[in-house]
Amino acid sequence: MKQYSDVISAYVIMLGLIILVGFLQSWSMALSILCFCLISAVMTMGANIQWGYAGLINFGIMGYTALGGLAAVLVSVPPVKEAWQAGGLQMVICALIIVFIIFIVRFILKKYKKSSNRNYIIAFAIIVGLIFLRLISGPAIHSIEAVNPATTGFLGGMGLPIIFSWVIGAFFAGGLAYVIGKIALGLRADYLAIATLLISEIVIAIIKHEDWLTRGVKNVIGLKRPVPYEIELQSTQWFINLVEKFNQGALNLVTGVLEKEQLLKQLVIDGSTVFVKLCYAGLFSIVVIILLIVTQKALYSPWGRMMRAIRDNDEAANAMGKNVVKQHLLIFVIGSAVVGIAGAMMVTYDGLFTPGSYRPMRYTFLIWVMVIVGGSGNNFGAILGGFAVWFLWIESAPASLYLINLLTSGLEETNALKIHLINSIPYFRLLVMGIALLLVMRYKPKGIIPEKIRHI
Amino acid sequence: MDFINSIVLLLNYIFVPALSYGSQLALGAIFVSLIYGILRFAYFTAGDLMSFGTMFTILFTWYFQSLGINLGVLPTALLAIPFGVIITILYVLAKDKLIFSYYRTKKSPPVMLAMVSIGTMFVTQAIVRIVIGPFDRRFFDGEKFILKANEFKEMTGLNEGLTIKSTQVITLLVTIIVVSILFWFLNKTKTGKSMRAYSDNEDLALLSGIDPKKVVMITWVIAAILATIGGTLYGLDKSFKPFTYFNNMLPIFAAAIVGGIGNPFGAFLGGYVIAFSEILITYAYKKFFIYILPESLEPDGLLQLLSTDYKFAVSFSILVIVLLFRPSGIFKGKII
Repeated sequence: MKQYSDVISAYVIMLGLIILVGFLQSWSMALSILCFCLISAVMTMGANIQWGYAGLINFGIMGYTALGGLAAVLVSVPPVKEAWQAGGLQMVICALIIVFIIFIVRFILKKYKKSSNRNYIIAFAIIVGLIFLRLISGPAIHSIEAVNPATTGFLGGMGLPIIFSWVIGAFFAGGLAYVIGKIALGLRADYLAIATLLISEIVIAIIKHEDWLTRGVKNVIGLKRPVPYEIELQSTQWFINLVEKFNQGALNLVTGVLEKEQLLKQLVIDGSTVFVKLCYAGLFSIVVIILLIVTQKALYSPWGRMMRAIRDNDEAANAMGKNVVKQHLLIFVIGSAVVGIAGAMMVTYDGLFTPGSYRPMRYTFLIWVMVIVGGSGNNFGAILGGFAVWFLWIESAPASLYLINLLTSGLEETNALKIHLINSIPYFRLLVMGIALLLVMRYKPKGIIPEKIRHI
Repeated sequence: MDFINSIVLLLNYIFVPALSYGSQLALGAIFVSLIYGILRFAYFTAGDLMSFGTMFTILFTWYFQSLGINLGVLPTALLAIPFGVIITILYVLAKDKLIFSYYRTKKSPPVMLAMVSIGTMFVTQAIVRIVIGPFDRRFFDGEKFILKANEFKEMTGLNEGLTIKSTQVITLLVTIIVVSILFWFLNKTKTGKSMRAYSDNEDLALLSGIDPKKVVMITWVIAAILATIGGTLYGLDKSFKPFTYFNNMLPIFAAAIVGGIGNPFGAFLGGYVIAFSEILITYAYKKFFIYILPESLEPDGLLQLLSTDYKFAVSFSILVIVLLFRPSGIFKGKII
């Protein structure tokens, strides 16, 4: 038990901070921080599987997150029948052509020996395929996007419950990671970082501009929820009774019947948002706990030991007969799939998909700060990093507002410097993040909760 | 006549813009490549260092403008560049002293240093946004055009106009001057040679009495100079917005790697490779073919290989292809 005391105390402090937000600001705020902390925790677990277990740098987290989000759209939105009629068949044909090109290229690669002629044939096959794609898809895309562009203008999804997208998102992200891994995993560490960063930008560019599939920057809003809606809750009898029961004390203090009713109404409205967020937090916690159990088991299994061996000395591991390339690809796919789950969870929570909001600062570098600050190679550390850094990211704005007001209290309200500083508060969080990362890397290079290696 | 028209069309929409954009990328790519060769890590602060230098140049420009100092037809920013450079040099040297030198003496792996540079990226970005804000700013003054489309049409009697902005010419001239001084420095002076020796083989260089501190310091100074000049040229040509500068980090890295990272000359050419391919692939060739083909063969579509939305995607795809087939870059940099 003693060896876990620092882990437990760190988590207790973290939860205490979130509860403090509940008392000082509002419970709704505290719960939304908690939900995003849980989502971030899933992302950091994914990154930690790649970096902590295997030492692979993946700066493409943004791309997998966006693909997870795309999965949420494609799973939950009902199909747009007119669009399918307008160009669905052509798009299916295009998909088949892509599959066909891939098979032809594979066939050529297998059949012929390596030569410059082979490269030319492959290039020729791809170019001819692309021309066909362009010819077939061009008019189809045009007619799909013309179908009621204000509300749809895309093919829509499958109309299934959105919760399925958490699995599908994992498959999407894993599939992308397989392709990227095949291309880029042979590169040295920092090249891999740059290559994955650039590839994730390509993914975002595609999601942003292929309107027929994703609606692009027109955004998809009003996704179905896995939890009840506030409006429905507010008119449900059992929920009103529940709120009444919880707030018996406060209600008893009010004497007038009319005032009592008004207070109850207000309480029900507040309560419904908190209840919805509690449901989300519950769902997300289940995901985090399942992932934590699985990853912990994996870490202490023979497979986990092999991964650490590969990370610490891949040549030695190779000499022992471990297939380094295959294992790297496997772990790259698994980690990315976990990130894909988080991406789908986030879109589920927000209820909307906004491709324009995917920026590398927020979805790649911030996640990396979380992993490094929390402690790479240790799942508890990674989760804590997700919690702590997200908390800092949200709360650094009010905190810096307070500090600025304190430091400039001698200045007048109209002082130009003061106004300028208060206007630039959102950017202080970047400063806080950077300094936090630099301090942790300098004085605690293994993170808040460092990796513990069990020696047998 | 149609043939000349089509050539002018390509010059106007492809060659001139790509040349100036390529020069701006090249300046960035050279210093990323130098840092990679000598300090041996991927410097993720590249884009933000450029915006830092540009920011101070802009602040000095405003100061000079308020004093009423200007350069006539030339932009005032040219006068402000040296001051911006000095502050950026001080900033990178302070950063090196406080942050990077610790990891260097500890001989940390390159990955660690790259992570640290992400930390400094956050800090630099915050400083820029707190001081000047995240908004789009134009700080160009002076004569805007050297050659206007109408004047060109009148002069030559062609249908197509050729526009040359003064910023494009300034970009090109400044780049030529800066890059020739840099390569003269690296190839002919003793310090430059010691830098190249250090980059080639650190141990041997140390054995032959090269002072590593001096080499590192000069590298940072060159990086600061190139970042400020490149950033200011980009800002003059387009506009200054911190987020765009951060995004420019990506094509800069692409250029550095395509040219063979660790090889400054390769990076210089890599900048143009990236810029030209971005513009060549996303340009709509319809008008060009209308000029050169007979009327019966006139094309219907825009004849655009990829829409301009995929501008970034082009450079990254080139990078991926180069990495796959020639991992050391087109011009042989460090082997991966």
